[in-house]
Amino acid sequence: MANGQMKNTYVFSRYERLWHWLQTLAILALLCTGFQVKGLFNLIGFEKAVKLHNTIGLGWLIAFAFFVFWIFTTGEWKQYIPTSKKMAAVVRYYLRGIFKGEPHPVPRSKDSKHNPLQRLTYLLLALLLLPIQMVSGFLYWSYNNWEAWGLTWLNLSVVSIVHLVCAFAILSFLITHVYMVTTGHKVSAHMRAMVTGWEEIESDTEVEEWEKKRT
Amino acid sequence: MIAILRRKLPLAGRAGLPLWLILLMVSSPGPADDTAPGRTLAQQAVQEYEAWITADHADMEILQQEFTSGPEVTQACLSCHTLAAKQFHKTIHWTWLDPNADPSERIGKAGITLNNFCISIISNWPRCTSCHAGYGWKDASFDFSDETKVDCLVCHEQTSTYKKFPTGAGHPVSKPTVFKGNGKTFNPPDWNLVAQSVARPTRQNCGNCHFRGGGGDAVKHGDLDSSLEHPDMVLDVHMGEDGKNFDCIRCHSTTAHKVAGRAYSTPAAPDRRSLLEDDELPRIMCESCHSATPHVSGSKANDHTDKVACQSCHIPTFARVIPTKMNWDWSTAGRKKEGKGVIEKGPTGKPSYHFKKGDFVWEKSVVPEYYWYNGAMQTLTAEDTIDPTRVVAINMPQGSKAEPNARIYPFKVHRGRQGYDVVNKTLLIPHLVGKKGTAAYWGSWDWNRAFTSGMEQAGLPFSGEFDWVETKYHYPTTHMVAPKENVVGCSECHSPEGRLADLSGFYMPGRDSYRLVDIIGLLMVIGSLLAVIVHGLGRLFSRNGQGG
Repeated sequence: MANGQMKNTYVFSRYERLWHWLQTLAILALLCTGFQVKGLFNLIGFEKAVKLHNTIGLGWLIAFAFFVFWIFTTGEWKQYIPTSKKMAAVVRYYLRGIFKGEPHPVPRSKDSKHNPLQRLTYLLLALLLLPIQMVSGFLYWSYNNWEAWGLTWLNLSVVSIVHLVCAFAILSFLITHVYMVTTGHKVSAHMRAMVTGWEEIESDTEVEEWEKKRT
Repeated sequence: MIAILRRKLPLAGRAGLPLWLILLMVSSPGPADDTAPGRTLAQQAVQEYEAWITADHADMEILQQEFTSGPEVTQACLSCHTLAAKQFHKTIHWTWLDPNADPSERIGKAGITLNNFCISIISNWPRCTSCHAGYGWKDASFDFSDETKVDCLVCHEQTSTYKKFPTGAGHPVSKPTVFKGNGKTFNPPDWNLVAQSVARPTRQNCGNCHFRGGGGDAVKHGDLDSSLEHPDMVLDVHMGEDGKNFDCIRCHSTTAHKVAGRAYSTPAAPDRRSLLEDDELPRIMCESCHSATPHVSGSKANDHTDKVACQSCHIPTFARVIPTKMNWDWSTAGRKKEGKGVIEKGPTGKPSYHFKKGDFVWEKSVVPEYYWYNGAMQTLTAEDTIDPTRVVAINMPQGSKAEPNARIYPFKVHRGRQGYDVVNKTLLIPHLVGKKGTAAYWGSWDWNRAFTSGMEQAGLPFSGEFDWVETKYHYPTTHMVAPKENVVGCSECHSPEGRLADLSGFYMPGRDSYRLVDIIGLLMVIGSLLAVIVHGLGRLFSRNGQGG
């Protein structure tokens, strides 16, 4: 595939991987229990699903606070800053180049884990979709306290619709995300990176200045 | 992992900020305890109850004299209990009228309110008033101020041998008499024995009438029948003889002969308070003893008690032992075969047809229907105009989701067909009970005469034209509280076709969904799937897919 030499690079730290897989489990469990509560299917029953969903949801909320803490103390947040640079190239790559075996226009490195498309996607996810889902979920869970908190203007059906639409969006993301894992230089390359932390990256890849994490 | 996450609060403690968040927002992060506090509270409240007495009525000379009738016994009672009849005269057990309604409206069974069983007591007094705690209410001329007409014995005697004759207007028989209705022989009471046995009322006393309303066992309420004379805890956790063995008056607390618990136009209990807040409260509400948050701290069930009555979950079905009447179609009555009235038995062993009364449906272990209920019932009278094109609600639970005191409450709904005045658009009072030669339906077999006579005795107009209309009557379900193992499960309501499928006006998780949202969501998911499949296939059949 690539013309350059491949170099084994440590991309994802232990905490990142732990967080990634913990969040994966949480999201999968929340999707399953959530759609069970909604009545899309019946596997474990409504009551069990509600209890699990609440517990996991709250657990995720707490763990997410750790992640926010981590991302700011390590400066990793900078990897989520969106950019339009090379965005067109990346989009073009996934639409055309990938079928012709062209190299990725913005290969991954330790200092630049996300290509422009990923930056935007993950930023929207971490800044918008997941927080909305957490807030709507928390409100849903705390329905009985609304009166005490002066939230009587809220409407449970609206909260539930927001929560459900976000759940569908997260599921859509999940499908796309899982597929995109296979688009590395080898089908298993990205997966290996998120499991072991190491990924083979073209050694002659120049990390351009705008991509670099400023520390 | 789940086990760890379950203990979310200690975990949150290490997170610092979220702990604040959670603590602020969770109102009751109390210590985990397997015993529901509401249960503990109530059990403490009912420990070692024994009603003590200071007099043995068997010793009293006045009760050893020769009696020949009920009123003579009453006179003897009143010679010591001089205020008893005066007190009793003020109660609904005596007046059979709603004490809180304007008397001119005649709300109550002694007035012109109706049901869809035997419709009205007017013109049918001698039969219906066999359940009046009085003697001789045989027609409209009954003297409600006569103290000697109070029947002390039916509520207080403890021999279970005191029986009022079914058509005796409240009197027992003076010589052995067969009741044609069921072929049973009624014997005159041993007056001395019954009079000397008196004590506080037991389940048996109350059940004499309340288990047998509507002319027979288990006909009316569904949650009150003779199975509660000797129930086990599975049938009723409070009355079960293998448990606390409550009598009715244990909860229906009584002051000056006024028994708490009847709900007409005003709730049986006006507010929701427990004995901890007011120890003089009637113990008529579950909350009186169990508190408003009786379940284990932090359990979702406690979040329900503001909108869902305890009964809704804790009485999964009523009539769990004896079938109760669910439908009564008067329009088919009168069928005879070779001059003899037809009687047919149904699948439950109870009659499915009786020539005097029409078609019946009986059901056992019935799932209640649910309504918002603030404790008050609106009652139709024989004067009110009805819409015969619809099912007429003869009484209707009052309340809506918006009312803070209204909660979702279970009801037995008894449906039926009964006569109405086609011209005046009112329900009709039939004169049913009477001998051959009278206008009574069971004597003349002529509905026109029966309605004419019934309405005339009620002082109400009848055009002479009648037809049949479908009606329903609601009984609040509050007895036959099941053990906690048998409560209604979450998904029995939180599902599209669940118990609360018909209650609209609010969003309920698991029950309600929005088709448009579902369609958009599913399109989103299916779109993503298709996109990645197409993309993947593209790669598979292009250079990238060939191993790069």
